Amino acid sequence: MTRTRPPLGYWTGFGLVLLALAVAPLVLPEFWRRFVTEILIWGLLAMSSDLLLGYTGIVSFGHSAFFGLGMYGAAMALLRLHPASLVLATGAGLAAAAIVAAVVAYFSTRLRDIYFAITTLVFSQIFYVVIFTWTEVTGGENGLAFRQPPLTLFGWTHRFTPTTLHWFVLGAVTLSYLVLRRVTQSPFGMVLQSIRENESRTLAIGYDVKRYKIVAVLLSGLFAGMAGVLYAVQNKFAAPNFVFFDVSANVVIFNVLGGPGTLVGPVLGAAVFFVLRELFSRYFTEYYLIPVGVIFTLTVIFLPQGLLGALRRPLNQ
Amino acid sequence: MLEQVAIQLLNGLVNGMILALVASGLTLIFGIMDVVNFAHGDLYMLGAYVGTTALAVTGSFWLALLAASVAIFWLGVAIQLVALRPLLGRDPLTTILATFGVSLVLQNYALWQYGPAGRRITEPVAGHFRLFYLDYPWYRVIVAVLAAAILAALWLFLKHATWGIWIRAVTQDRVMAAAMGIPVPLVHTAVFGLGAAMAGASGCLSGPLVGVDQTLGLGIILKAFIVVVVGGMGNLVGSVLAAIFISLLEALASLWVSPAQAVIVSFVLLIVTLLGRPTGLFVPTPK
Repeated sequence: MTRTRPPLGYWTGFGLVLLALAVAPLVLPEFWRRFVTEILIWGLLAMSSDLLLGYTGIVSFGHSAFFGLGMYGAAMALLRLHPASLVLATGAGLAAAAIVAAVVAYFSTRLRDIYFAITTLVFSQIFYVVIFTWTEVTGGENGLAFRQPPLTLFGWTHRFTPTTLHWFVLGAVTLSYLVLRRVTQSPFGMVLQSIRENESRTLAIGYDVKRYKIVAVLLSGLFAGMAGVLYAVQNKFAAPNFVFFDVSANVVIFNVLGGPGTLVGPVLGAAVFFVLRELFSRYFTEYYLIPVGVIFTLTVIFLPQGLLGALRRPLNQ
Repeated sequence: MLEQVAIQLLNGLVNGMILALVASGLTLIFGIMDVVNFAHGDLYMLGAYVGTTALAVTGSFWLALLAASVAIFWLGVAIQLVALRPLLGRDPLTTILATFGVSLVLQNYALWQYGPAGRRITEPVAGHFRLFYLDYPWYRVIVAVLAAAILAALWLFLKHATWGIWIRAVTQDRVMAAAMGIPVPLVHTAVFGLGAAMAGASGCLSGPLVGVDQTLGLGIILKAFIVVVVGGMGNLVGSVLAAIFISLLEALASLWVSPAQAVIVSFVLLIVTLLGRPTGLFVPTPK
């Protein structure tokens, strides 16, 4: 197979979307700016899950554990360490998520298909129960609140404004996207995709499928933890309901709506979900999940590739 | 202490029978059509709600129980026809996703229709009997017996009734069953309805024991998943045994830790099972 250069169209589109997202906080009113920032963070979480769902072909119903541990890791570092440091908080959040991901990966990858999905779900509920009941450390039901840390790089300190925070999030998400894209196109990513297409044959060729899956879950957990750190920094708190099943469920919804196996699809899925939520809350108030659930089921039946399914090939070049 | 253990064992047995009813519906559906029904807990929850409505209308708990089973049976049939029949032959994972969407709709429908405040079904049998130092409600014992009777009826149905034999045939070999003239699509729909009806009935039965609210579904589906995996996917007897086993363990654990933490016992049991015997604890020969 000859390796073609990435198409010009792809990078033009990439640049345009990035530019639009960078300009967004300057032109949008406060509510919508925050809206876009949150979509980016949830999008990163969904993107991390896409590595499993879209590329490896295994569904995780437990991404809230990684997200929540990223959140709590960052929160604890910010509360315990003085002076509070964003870099250390990020490191702590990623470390916490990675440890949890390692545990989950070790156990859940011994199983296939639905068993994997159920195990991840059960693990996330274990961590939820632990966080919810271990009040002395995690604040229990109230969670942990803290002050937003400044960004300190090489002796230069910057206090976040909403706009610069948006740029910070955008930078982190873009960087994560590029890394994940590189991973999925690497030989390692190719093996993951071959596991998705035919697990037994991949095993028969001689790849250690289980080891590849463990690394995939670890990587996925790490990026989910990053999303958790960003969310904690933006909202200045960590709360147990972000470790609950709802978050994992939303992540699956984002993926299926946007198009698994495209990395940007899940981000689009998150955007569509939140726009739908805004739209439907006007008519259905808090019952907006009824129409969302209907749309979700219809997508599974009639549009299994998601909204960006048609663009799957160009997006992976 | 010994008395506490005895009481907890009885509690565990009662909870186990309800759980067995839910889990055997789930495992029946999985066994016959490789569908992991994520909405199963919500069917249980809706069964309890239909029970409250029917009880308010008819005034009789037993009529309400019947109404809940019948209503949830038809709801199950509708779900199967609309959401699952188009997915026949696709990856089982897509059925998890589709039923997950259904679960979202059902859960929020219940919230919309019945409001966020919890409800209670009054016990149809108010009597108590003396058990060591406390008055134990007869109703709990009746629930366990009734659930056992339903399971026994299911077993007889599967063993002897024409439809029961069809169901077993389709479970064993879908293509061969179709070749023998069994209406396979109809059997699929009927089994989904049957499993749903069992969930609805157990929801209504457990209504007087726990409050009824729209989050009931997630709690029970998690446990039912654990039961089904521990008992062996698609294995009916296994899931009944596993349901009782897990409920007994949890009941005993709650002697020492809070009920919220007792849940972890079943989580740990699941993980141990998955590591040691992924095909289930109660399966004699793994395939």
